Amino acid sequence: MEPSLARYIWTHTKKQQLWILMIVVLSMIPYFMSFDLPKLIVNGPIQGRGFEQPGATHPFMRLHYNLPFIGEVQFFSGFQLDRTATLFALSLVFLLLVVINGLFKLYINTYKGRLGERMLRRIRFDLVDRVLRFPPVYFKRVKSAEVATMVKDEVEPLGGFIGDAFLQPVLLGGQALTAMLFIMIQNVWLGMIAVVIVVIQIVLIPRMRRRLIVLGRQRQLTARALSGRVGEIVDGIGAIHVHDTSNYERADIAARLGLIFKIRFDLYQWKFMVKFLNNFLAQLTPFLFYMIGGYLVIQGRLDVGQLVAVIGAYKDLPGPMKELIDWDQDRQDVQVKYQQVVEQFTVEGIIAPRIEALTTDDPPPMIDPLSAISLSIADDGGAVLLDRISLQVKPGETVALVGTATGGADALAEAFARLVWPNSGRVASGADDLLELPEAVTGRRMSYASSDVFLFQASLRDNLLYGLKHAPLTSVPYEGVAADQRRWDIEEARRSGNLDLDIHSDWIDYASTGATGPYDLFEPVRRVLDAVVLSRDILDLGLRSSADLTRHTELARRIVELRAALRTRLEQEGLSGLVVPFEPGAYNKEATISQNLLFGAAAGPELADRALAANPYFASVLRQAGLDLTLYEMGMEIAKQAIELFADLPPDHQFFQQLAFMSAEEIPAYETLLQRLKNRPHEAVSENDRAMIVTLSFAYIEPRHRFGLLSDELMSKIVAARNRFYENLPPELQNAVERYDPAKYIAAATVMDNVLFGRVGNNHPDAPDRIRSIVYDILDELGLYAELLDVGLDFNVGSGGRRLTGGQRQKLDVARALLKRPDFLILNRPLSALDQRMQDKVLRNVLEEARCDGHSPAIVWVVTNPAMAMMFDRVIVFDSGQLVEDGTHETLVAGNGIFKELLS
Amino acid sequence: MLLKDEVGMLQRIPLFSGIESTKLKLLAFTSDRVSYSAGQILFRQGDEGDAAYVILSGRADILVDSDRGPIKVAEMVPNSIVGEIAILCNSSRTATVRAASPLEALRISKDHFLRLMKEYPEMTIEILRVLADRLSHTTADLIDARSAK
Repeated sequence: MEPSLARYIWTHTKKQQLWILMIVVLSMIPYFMSFDLPKLIVNGPIQGRGFEQPGATHPFMRLHYNLPFIGEVQFFSGFQLDRTATLFALSLVFLLLVVINGLFKLYINTYKGRLGERMLRRIRFDLVDRVLRFPPVYFKRVKSAEVATMVKDEVEPLGGFIGDAFLQPVLLGGQALTAMLFIMIQNVWLGMIAVVIVVIQIVLIPRMRRRLIVLGRQRQLTARALSGRVGEIVDGIGAIHVHDTSNYERADIAARLGLIFKIRFDLYQWKFMVKFLNNFLAQLTPFLFYMIGGYLVIQGRLDVGQLVAVIGAYKDLPGPMKELIDWDQDRQDVQVKYQQVVEQFTVEGIIAPRIEALTTDDPPPMIDPLSAISLSIADDGGAVLLDRISLQVKPGETVALVGTATGGADALAEAFARLVWPNSGRVASGADDLLELPEAVTGRRMSYASSDVFLFQASLRDNLLYGLKHAPLTSVPYEGVAADQRRWDIEEARRSGNLDLDIHSDWIDYASTGATGPYDLFEPVRRVLDAVVLSRDILDLGLRSSADLTRHTELARRIVELRAALRTRLEQEGLSGLVVPFEPGAYNKEATISQNLLFGAAAGPELADRALAANPYFASVLRQAGLDLTLYEMGMEIAKQAIELFADLPPDHQFFQQLAFMSAEEIPAYETLLQRLKNRPHEAVSENDRAMIVTLSFAYIEPRHRFGLLSDELMSKIVAARNRFYENLPPELQNAVERYDPAKYIAAATVMDNVLFGRVGNNHPDAPDRIRSIVYDILDELGLYAELLDVGLDFNVGSGGRRLTGGQRQKLDVARALLKRPDFLILNRPLSALDQRMQDKVLRNVLEEARCDGHSPAIVWVVTNPAMAMMFDRVIVFDSGQLVEDGTHETLVAGNGIFKELLS
Repeated sequence: MLLKDEVGMLQRIPLFSGIESTKLKLLAFTSDRVSYSAGQILFRQGDEGDAAYVILSGRADILVDSDRGPIKVAEMVPNSIVGEIAILCNSSRTATVRAASPLEALRISKDHFLRLMKEYPEMTIEILRVLADRLSHTTADLIDARSAK
C-alpha cells in the first residue's frame, strides 16, 4: 500500500480535489461582494448620499466595465430606482448573497464530506481485501480484534481529513499571505516583526508537536492492544471461568487502562501547553506593534493611520495561521494513524490478486495427480514438521495418512489445502505449483475439512452451502426504486474502488452438487447429511424450533392431517395415554393452569410467563369467572407447601430444579409474604401481592405436583374463563396470543408442540422419545420429512457455531466438503470429536457417498486411528516428519514396520 | 394418588422408616411418579443406571439375560426398591426389570438418591442391611447351585 497518505489521497482524488478548489475560489466572489454591500446600503439609501434631491434616482444593475484598449463599455444601462426602491433592491441583493454563500458552503461541505467518506470506504475495502490475501502464517501472529479495530476505528479520522487535505492549506495559506502582504505594504519593519513571529511559530510549534505524535502513536498501539485483549477475553471466557483467572484478567485490563490514561493525559498536557505557547506568540505580535510601532509614531517615523491599519490587518493573520497549524497537526496525526495501519497491512508474500480473481465459469476438473515434491514444512518455532517428502496422489485414489501426533500427516494435509506454505519444495497439481493455481480451481475442485472447524454465525443451511458460494451466478432483476438503488450501489462502489458484485444474487453453485437449482438442491443436501449422520440431529432441532411460515407453508397447510395421523398412530399402538390433546372445551390435566386458562401460545411479552398474572385484562377475566379467590387460595396453599418442603434446603440444592413455582432466591420473599398475608382477607391484599400469589397457581400440574388442589368444579370454571378471555379480547392483545385451534398451525409454538397439540403425560418416563420417533415416522409417511429437515436447517449456529456440539460442527464441516463433489477430498482428522464407533460409521458412509453417481474423487484422509486405514486403497505412514511406509493395507500389515506397531 | 398418600407408602418401606415425614414428602415431590402397563420395561440389563424405583402398586419381574434367553430371578412387590445397585456402583444395570402388571412407581434419580444417603445415615444403614441380606441370599443360592452340580 502507498506509505504516504498525501500521495494516496492525491492518486485517488486529484480530479475531485482540483474541482473543489475551483469551486472554493469561485465562492470567494459572492463572499467578498457581501463584504462590500453593507457599506453601499448604509452610505447610499440609508444616509442618502447621492439622493440629496427629492425624486433623485440611481441606476441599479448597470453593467459597465473599463476594458483595456477599448475603454468604457456599457452592457446594460440599469434600472433607475429612487431612494426607497434602491434600499429594498440592495437589501434583496444582500439576502440573495446570503443565500448564495450559504449554498456554496453547503455544496462545498457536502462535497468534501462525500469525498472523505468515499476515501474511507476505499481504504477500508483495501484493508479487508488485503486481509483476504494475507499469507496463512500472518494469522498465527495477529489477533482478530486488533485487525477489526484497525479497519473500523483507526482509519475513521481519515475520512474527516481527506476533504481538507489540499484545500485547507491553499485557502488558509492564501489568506495568511494576503494579510502579511498588506502589513508589509503599510510598513516594512512592522511587517518584518510579524514575519519573524510567524517563522518562530512555524518552526517551534511543529517541533513541540513531535512529542504529540509519539504519544499519539502510543495511544493508538495501546488502544489496539486493549481491543485485542478484550476480544481474547470474550473468546476465552470458558478458560477464564474454569481457572478462576477473572481477576487476573481484571488486573491486566486495569493495568492497560492505566497506561492508556497516562498516555492520554500526557497528550492533553502537551496539547494544551502547545496551544498556550501558540496563543502567546500570536498575542506577542500586537504587543510588539504597540510598543515598537508606538515608539516609531512618537519618534515621528510612522504615522498613526499606518499603525492602526497594520494592527487592523494583523487581526486577520492569527486566525488562518492557527487553523493552518491545526491542519498541520491533523495531517500529522492522520498520517501517523495511516502509517501505523499500513505497516500492519504490509506483509511479505501477500497473495497476488489474480489468484483470487472472480471466475463465473466452472474450472475444468483436476485430472492431474497431486504431488508433494521434496516438501519441507516447519512451524513458527522452526521445528520441522515434514522433511523433504515426495509422494503423489493419483486421481480417484483413496489414501489414508497415518502418523503419530508429531508424524507430520496433518501438515501434509494442510499443505494440500494451501493452509500452510512450504518452507522448501512444493506441492504441485500435475506440473503446476498448487500455490500458483487460482483459488477458483482449488477452491472448487478440492475440498478440505479438519477437526478445527469454523462456522459463521448464520443458519445451518448457510453454513452448509457456504462452500458453494464462489461467484454471483444470477443477475437479479430489479424494478422501480430497487433498480435505482442498485444503480446507485454500483456507481458508488466503483467510485470508491470497491467491488460491485451483487450480494443478493444467487451465489450457490448448484451444478457442482449435481442439482440444477434451488428446487432439487435438497436431495444432495439430504444425502450428505445422512452420510455424516447429522440428519437426525437437524430433525431434532427442527422439531424444537418454531417454523418460519413464509418458508415452510406445507407444514402449516397439512397440520390437521399430521395431528390426525399422530392420534391414529398412538391409538393403533395403544399409546393414547401418552399424550393428552388440547380440546377447546375441555381441561387438559397434563398442562399447567395458565396453559389451560390462556389456551394459546403467547406471541408477545404481554401475556408471557410472569406478566400474565399482572395483566389487567387477564385479571379482570379471572374476577368475572369467579376464579380470583380460588386461584389466590390455591397459590397460598402452594406457597405453604413449597416453603414447608424447601425452606431448610440450601439455595444451591439440586432439588430446586423440581420446584416449578419459584426459584430458590424467591423463597425468603414468599416466606415473608406468606406471614404478612396469613390472616388477611382477600379483598385487603394489594394488587401486586395478589399477582405474586396467583402466579404460583399458574404453574400447577396436578399429576406432577400431586398436592390435590384441582377439583372438577375448578376445571370447568377455568374452561369457562378461557372462553370469556377470548370473547372480549381487547385489540391491543389481539397479537399477543395465538389461540389453540385444532385446525390451525400455531406460529409461535415449536413444530413438536404443533404436531402434538397436547401435553405428554408426566408419568411416562420414556414417552418423549417414543413420541419423537413416532412423529418422525409420520412425517416421513406424509412426505414432510424434507420440510422438517428444512426447518432444522434454519437453526442459527451461533457465534463460531457454538450452539452446536463439537461433533456436530465437525460433521457439518465434512458434509460441506462432500457437497461440492470435488476431485480431491482432503480430510484432516475431521471427526476427532466423535467416538470411534461413530467415526468408523461416518468414514464408511463418506467413502461411499463420495463415490456415488459415478464420481471418483481422490480421498486423502488423515486418520485418528490406524485401524481406520483398512478402508483405503493405500496407506502412507509418517513418523517424525519422515515418510516411513507407503503401500496397500495388506502389504503394510504383512510387513514388520511402524504401521504394524501402531496397529497393535 | 396424592403426595400425602405417597408419603404414607414410603413410610411403610423399611428403607425409609427412619426418615422424618417432611423429608419423605420432599423426596416424593422431587421424584417422578411413573406408570407402566404390564410388559413394559422399566430398564434393561446393560443400560446406564440413572435412577432407582420404589414400587407403589403392581408387581415387577427381575430378569437376567442368559444363553437361553431371559431368566426370571425375582419378583418385586409394592413397597420394594429396585435399581439401586447400578446407582451405588456407578455401573450398568445388572438385570432387566419388567412390569408384570399395571405398575405405579416413584422414580428417584441418581443424584437425589445419593444426596439422601449422605444426609441420612439411618437410610444408608438400612440400604446396607438390604444389600447384605440380598448377598447372603445370593450366596445361599450359589451354594445350592454348586452342590447341585
